[in-house]
Amino acid sequence: MAEYLTKSAARNIFYGGSIFFLIIFAALTIHTHFYMVNVATDESTLTESVVRGKHVWERHSCINCHSLLGEGAYFAPELGNVWIRYGGKQSPEGARAGLKAWMRAQPTGVEGRRQMPQFNLSEQELDDLVDFLEWTSRINTLGWPPGISG
Amino acid sequence: MKYHTQALAFPYFIAALALFLIQVLAGVLAGTVYVFPNLLSESVPFHIIRMIHTNALLVWLLLGYFGASYFLIPEESEREIHSPKLAWLQLGIFVFAALAAVGSYLSGVHEGREFLEQPFWVKILMVIAFLIFIYNVTMTVLKGRKTVVSIVLLLGLWGAAIFFMFAFYNPDNLAVDKLYWWWVVHVWVEGVWELIMAAMLAFLLIKLTGVDREVIEKWLYVIVGFSLFSGLLGTGHHYYWIGAPEYWHWIGIIFSFLEVVPFFAMMLWAFYLVKKSGRDHPNRAAILWSLGCPVMAFIGAGLLGLMHSFPSINFYTHGTQLTAAHGHLAFYGAYVMLNLAFFTYALPALRKVQPFNQTLNIWSFWLMNAAMIGITFALVFAGVLQTHLQRVLGMGYMQVQSQIELFYWLRLGAGVFFIIGALMFIYSALGPVREQITTTKHAH
Repeated sequence: MAEYLTKSAARNIFYGGSIFFLIIFAALTIHTHFYMVNVATDESTLTESVVRGKHVWERHSCINCHSLLGEGAYFAPELGNVWIRYGGKQSPEGARAGLKAWMRAQPTGVEGRRQMPQFNLSEQELDDLVDFLEWTSRINTLGWPPGISG
Repeated sequence: MKYHTQALAFPYFIAALALFLIQVLAGVLAGTVYVFPNLLSESVPFHIIRMIHTNALLVWLLLGYFGASYFLIPEESEREIHSPKLAWLQLGIFVFAALAAVGSYLSGVHEGREFLEQPFWVKILMVIAFLIFIYNVTMTVLKGRKTVVSIVLLLGLWGAAIFFMFAFYNPDNLAVDKLYWWWVVHVWVEGVWELIMAAMLAFLLIKLTGVDREVIEKWLYVIVGFSLFSGLLGTGHHYYWIGAPEYWHWIGIIFSFLEVVPFFAMMLWAFYLVKKSGRDHPNRAAILWSLGCPVMAFIGAGLLGLMHSFPSINFYTHGTQLTAAHGHLAFYGAYVMLNLAFFTYALPALRKVQPFNQTLNIWSFWLMNAAMIGITFALVFAGVLQTHLQRVLGMGYMQVQSQIELFYWLRLGAGVFFIIGALMFIYSALGPVREQITTTKHAH
């Protein structure tokens, strides 16, 4: 083993290097924070209903079946672009009605098909959740996902 | 066992193994729902089962680290644990919080950020227990002999506690939310937990091989240095598609390569030391787990992780079953095997017997490893097919899932073998002592 590396030298490299990389990581994170707020997402449309919709999303732990921007449970479809998939760009009213009808119709009860529970969301909660998904679809994800199927 | 407060580890290990069992049962149940999707869909839907599966894993691994700390810190510091009473209080709070979380999930009450679903008051209880622990072990180390093993372990534990604070910050902006969510999730498992892992492994290697502590400790610094140098900016490989700037693509791939280095080094370190010692420690099962852990960590966390860390590949594979495959082998190799290695080493002393039930324990090692490799392979195949059908050809999600059902059956089959292996381990560890190694000359 390398005799030129003493234990105290190894220790100093560990502490010095860790602090160095932690500072760089923190600085880049702060830069990214501002980039996200100012460039990649649309803060001006981050309305109260979008925020309420995010809480509906969290309260029912949707992430433990679905994925959102690729993170989640992979048991159910990706929802970061579900607004686009439902044709929200062409027809916002149609996409909204479609998404709400889908959630109201669950579970399908079809034998051998994965079941989404009925969460009994109110009209307001459904609208908030759709607002959140619509807002999410406009995050600049550098082109991800590759296709409409998510 | 030189210090009687080391016995505090025993109840922690029992609690950890009980939650390990809950974790694998929930895992196999979730795997069953994949092939029988109507099962329990009204009473205990998939998302509840999965929360129990992932949360039980995190909690039992933490219980394992707590127990291991109470076992190794007295020996390293050459003094008793500062306050055994606080250790018991901490265990009570932590186990209560864990059971409360499971009960709460079953009744549909939870938060909704992945892995951080614990209701607010449960998080607070866990933080209180964690702070009691940190206080208790830090006081012990400060008053006693300070070794590299105990210092690195403390740094890892402090780091875990500090970075968990980001769990309480939930910004309204989803992109910003994800940015800091990874400060808990990534920095734990690919950063500070590696310090805990390296320290526990170093302790095991010192005890099992008898190689000079100076040599082991110097390389411990080198390894944990690489863990943090690579692990912190390695977070970048999670920032590719969440609204972060594109420079993370470069940082992500460079530091993902570097993240493999500490795992590779740990593997070489363990094998070199065991070979160098040439000594025949009676606890062969503990040596097997201590060597198996860095190997499987290198494959699961290192190689399988690196494989889909290239932005050009990750663009297609992100959020497919490949991620699940990597997650399973990485957690199993790095942290599950680490704890099982430590239990195997420490339990004979805690139960005041010589190394025992070695044959059954070694069988459980091979069975669990084979089963986890089976799970990983099944999910890799599922993931590759899913990537091609869904991401390249653009087929719909549910349609693709029905195409890859065969691999979910294989995964479930392997999962059943994993449960058998886990039950064998638990029986060999906590059940009646059937065969003991008779020699006492090398016992530590």
